[in-house]
Amino acid sequence: MIDRIGRYAVDRVRAAGRFGHFLADLVRAVPDVATWRGPLVVQMRKIGVDSLPVALFIAAFTGVVLALQASYTFTGTVPLYVVGTVVAKTMMLELGPVLTGLALSGRVGASVAAELGTMRVTEQVDALETLAYDPQAYLVLPRVLAGTVMVPLVVALGIAVGILTGWLTSLSLLHLSTPEFVKGLKLLYRFKDTWFGLAKSASFGMTITLIGCRLGLDTWGGAEGVGRSTTRAVVFSAMLILALDAFWAVVLL
Amino acid sequence: MIQFRDLRKAFNGRPVLDGFTLDVKDGETMVIIGFSGSGKSVALKHVVGLLHPDGGDVIVDGRAVSQLDRAGLTALRGEIGYVFQFAALFDSLTVEENVGLGLVRRRLPEREIASRVHDALRLVDLPDSGPRYPAELSGGMRKRVGIARAIALRPRYILYDEPTTGLDPVTSAVMDQLMVRTREQLGVTGIVVTHDMRSAYTVGDRIAMLYEGRVRQVGGVREIQASADPIVRQFIEGRPA
Repeated sequence: MIDRIGRYAVDRVRAAGRFGHFLADLVRAVPDVATWRGPLVVQMRKIGVDSLPVALFIAAFTGVVLALQASYTFTGTVPLYVVGTVVAKTMMLELGPVLTGLALSGRVGASVAAELGTMRVTEQVDALETLAYDPQAYLVLPRVLAGTVMVPLVVALGIAVGILTGWLTSLSLLHLSTPEFVKGLKLLYRFKDTWFGLAKSASFGMTITLIGCRLGLDTWGGAEGVGRSTTRAVVFSAMLILALDAFWAVVLL
Repeated sequence: MIQFRDLRKAFNGRPVLDGFTLDVKDGETMVIIGFSGSGKSVALKHVVGLLHPDGGDVIVDGRAVSQLDRAGLTALRGEIGYVFQFAALFDSLTVEENVGLGLVRRRLPEREIASRVHDALRLVDLPDSGPRYPAELSGGMRKRVGIARAIALRPRYILYDEPTTGLDPVTSAVMDQLMVRTREQLGVTGIVVTHDMRSAYTVGDRIAMLYEGRVRQVGGVREIQASADPIVRQFIEGRPA
């Protein structure tokens, strides 16, 4: 038993060491701008633009539900214009970043891990190295930068769409007027609400892509290995997003 | 000159290379033969630093590969073309983008890249395949594109990892001709890892048999064909143990 625990602990320390090396290599690749500049644009489109439909779909329905649940909770006790407050605050601080992050951990994390995993098991990563490319500069850095930059933008649009559908729901189903909804929207707004949600989203984007790249490049064992890496990337990213969410709440709120 | 010096490598405690020593002279094509899993490809990967040895080293023109820093390794890789077993072409790039990728890295002018890509594809008899994607090519064509990608760099050395595996006899013969033509026209030093004896006899100047992690016998084609070593005989005649 003690032997197994010891071996597990040594394995974890080794894994942490390897991840440290991975991060150090990533930082070392930053000055190689000529290598990562081209793939960065492609990845910004893949990770950002291509994620918009799923992110906006989630945000749209979240806005509707938030407005209806707030109305259900406040009717008869609190003025209904507070619905605007609840929709905006919840979308900006929590549901916009976290729901989008969880959705993208599936869409982006899985896609990155599967793509790099397939490249690893088919020796394409080795081929890159023999052509004198640094895989960190050519494969990893563009994805991590694109995730860090584009996920907050996707989340920002998601928040806007969530508030929009919350407003439309308030007008059509709750019989609130636009001035009332806007009054609620402004009631407790602080600029921190905006940057907190977006900064958190950037950390989610970085985490999703880092985990996807790391597990993808660590793949072994053919198609089964690619499947294993993909599943682990989604699960680890989702867990880390929830842990980071709590961390930022403790540190910044 | 490429020198394998007492090279040792183990995976999960199982030694694959155990004191592998071999010299590959400039201008020759050395064929490394051996049973599946005998460590032929592992030896090849050490030449370009894709694997780090547990002991010993590979010396390329006086440079110990495992001791090279990042810049040294990049410079070394610029002199070596590597043809992978399954070609390892990038699926998302066209054939000409695959062949030109190493040249882009060297920041050559676009016209020179286009010219070298054209020449390389012509040498492998695929002059019109540039705009196609790897998925649209047969296995043999993919391997030829892999060779084109290697020779476009105008390397001093080319390493071929199982170049005829999985090909029909006719396509294998085409690959053999291509390797011979590459050496004759470009004057490169080559290492070919294979267990296809017909290919080994066609392309090799010398043949080394790798067995239990070290060289069992090395010699010219005729020497190997006339070998009295029972392990070598069993392998070249394809007899079950």
